Amino acid sequence: MQKYKKILKPFIYSVVFIFLIIISYRSAKPRYKPENFTDIFNDFSWLGNWPKWLDFPLMQPLNSGFDWLIVEYGLFFEGINNFLLGLYTSMKNSLVGLPWPIVIALVVLITYFASGRKTNTTVMVAFCTFFLGFLSPRYWDKCIMTTCIVVIGMLLCIVVGIPIGIAMARNKKVRNALLPILDLMQTIPSFCYLIPGILLFGLGAVPAIIAIFVYAVPPLIRLTDLGIRLVDKEVIEASEAFGASKKQTLWGVQIPLALPNIMQGVNQCTMMSLAMVVIASMIGTRGIGDEVLLGLQQLNVGMATEAGIAIVLLAIIFDRITQSYGEKIQERTQQKKKI
Amino acid sequence: MSKIEVKNVYKIFGDSPSKVLPMVQDGASKEEILEKTGHTVGLDNVSITIEEGETFVCMGLSGSGKSTLIRHINRLIDPTSGEIMVEGTNVMSLDKKNLIEFRRHKMSMVFQRFGLFPHKTVLENVGYGLEVQGQKPEERNKVAMEKIEAVGLNGFEHQYPNQLSGGMQQRVGLARALATNTDIMLMDEAFSALDPLIRSDMQKQLIDLQSKLKKTIVFITHDLDESLRLGDHIGILNGGKLVQVGTPIDIIMNPADDYVKAFVKDVNRARVIKAKIIMIPANKTNGIDKSNLIKVEEDQFLEEFLPQVVCNNANCEVVDKSGNIKGYITNKELQSSLTKS
Repeated sequence: MQKYKKILKPFIYSVVFIFLIIISYRSAKPRYKPENFTDIFNDFSWLGNWPKWLDFPLMQPLNSGFDWLIVEYGLFFEGINNFLLGLYTSMKNSLVGLPWPIVIALVVLITYFASGRKTNTTVMVAFCTFFLGFLSPRYWDKCIMTTCIVVIGMLLCIVVGIPIGIAMARNKKVRNALLPILDLMQTIPSFCYLIPGILLFGLGAVPAIIAIFVYAVPPLIRLTDLGIRLVDKEVIEASEAFGASKKQTLWGVQIPLALPNIMQGVNQCTMMSLAMVVIASMIGTRGIGDEVLLGLQQLNVGMATEAGIAIVLLAIIFDRITQSYGEKIQERTQQKKKI
Repeated sequence: MSKIEVKNVYKIFGDSPSKVLPMVQDGASKEEILEKTGHTVGLDNVSITIEEGETFVCMGLSGSGKSTLIRHINRLIDPTSGEIMVEGTNVMSLDKKNLIEFRRHKMSMVFQRFGLFPHKTVLENVGYGLEVQGQKPEERNKVAMEKIEAVGLNGFEHQYPNQLSGGMQQRVGLARALATNTDIMLMDEAFSALDPLIRSDMQKQLIDLQSKLKKTIVFITHDLDESLRLGDHIGILNGGKLVQVGTPIDIIMNPADDYVKAFVKDVNRARVIKAKIIMIPANKTNGIDKSNLIKVEEDQFLEEFLPQVVCNNANCEVVDKSGNIKGYITNKELQSSLTKS
């Protein structure tokens, strides 16, 4: 039985391989392939250059599949679009409508409580926020737009990513199935999903949010998975030995102990979101990224650099807030020994 | 009815244990199995019975399967084959829900590296067993405080585990196991990670607690002195097989094989043998010189009165707690019991 299993997999692979070659041969245009199938084995000239009939037809089915998706599920995508756009515009409008000192005060308040009342971090973040507008008044509103996109993208990542990460940690099969998908999401060039994003959701903030999700959710999923799996096995055994159900172990022990790692994932997630926002400006997403783009298009190095600095400041603000919140949690869960 | 019965338990680790099981049952050795199939034999036909109120110590070196065995009793690990009966219920027949109930009310566990929850205070840790049972915070804190007092940790209840020393952490582990007030306590190398002084301290505390509570304790250790000190019965495991089961004296006096012999070779016998074990009963004491006698209690260890015997060159008179003479010990008995075989 075990020997069969060893042979079975290579056998299946080779059957699939031959099947793919037959498909490519059959779907090739008549002028590209020999008139008779058996000619292949008489005339070996096709071994020289890559023969045109050995071309797997992937483009056409993908295109037609995409068209079918738009026609059949257009309403579904429009629903998503309207929801995300509504969220974005209401958030953006309320923040842009506020006087700028109040926005700075809000950021300061959030930082102060998220960091566990650390004055250092709070003062630094306050300065960075002030400098966003101080660099150029135009930047203020644009930074708010960018922030809104990043925050909504992050929320989407957290809502979807953390449960998936937990599922991965608890089930080996789920992990084996998802890891290649995560690899794919991280390596596929961003334009490959930015363009379909435009076709599905139109220009603007929503495709940027979707792109952020695709690009930034893998590290969060991975770190959540890792964090849950790194929880001391004996502690979990202890929990089970006292008769905790799976749910009680998960919420009472695993998640609290994995929280520092999960927060690290959220932090990584924000940093990658910000990187994506700049790329997204190329598909017409409004925000601080289009200042960089504008500068580059006009070969205005100063302008591009100035906008670049603004993005760095924004990154520092996000990083400080999430990082210090993570540290605060870590202090609570892993009290250092007082000597 | 015995409290815990483990019947012919086999445990094989690997991809398809059930296929390897017949080989193990036919008597193939652990090394053979590993070489031929890549499976590891954890337990090989282990059967033990543990009576109510006794401390059963399971001893063996690392890799002998002792930690695997203790995890079978509360089914943290499922056996490949065999039965485990606790108070007459077959643990293997329990479904998920009943297993959880069983773990909540029948037994508690203490771990080698403590297994405390670093994000909970001492009080919350001790009350954890009650928390998962769904008790209200006030009730469980009350019980938890009692147990914290019982192990002598008053004043530390709002600290976090890693603010405490190793010995104190294990006291928290002990209090947590006591808090659910179960009849059975499983202790997996509970004192092995502690340094010697604190270890003997904890052993004493456990003996004191046990004399009051009379729980059924399954204790795992690799330390022979510890097992002799704590155990009413000792089971010695080697390579997943149970080599010998017996009282401490059995183990020392009649080691079953070379493995056990090597184990007991360096034991300080005077420390583990009690007077009543080697005494000659009072009615068979013709011809003993009774002119120069030292009184010893029957539960005293030899080392406690040995110096006196040597100084005075005297024989011993063994008495019970109320002073009745139970028997005598002469130099001959001392000599034969202390000589290493």
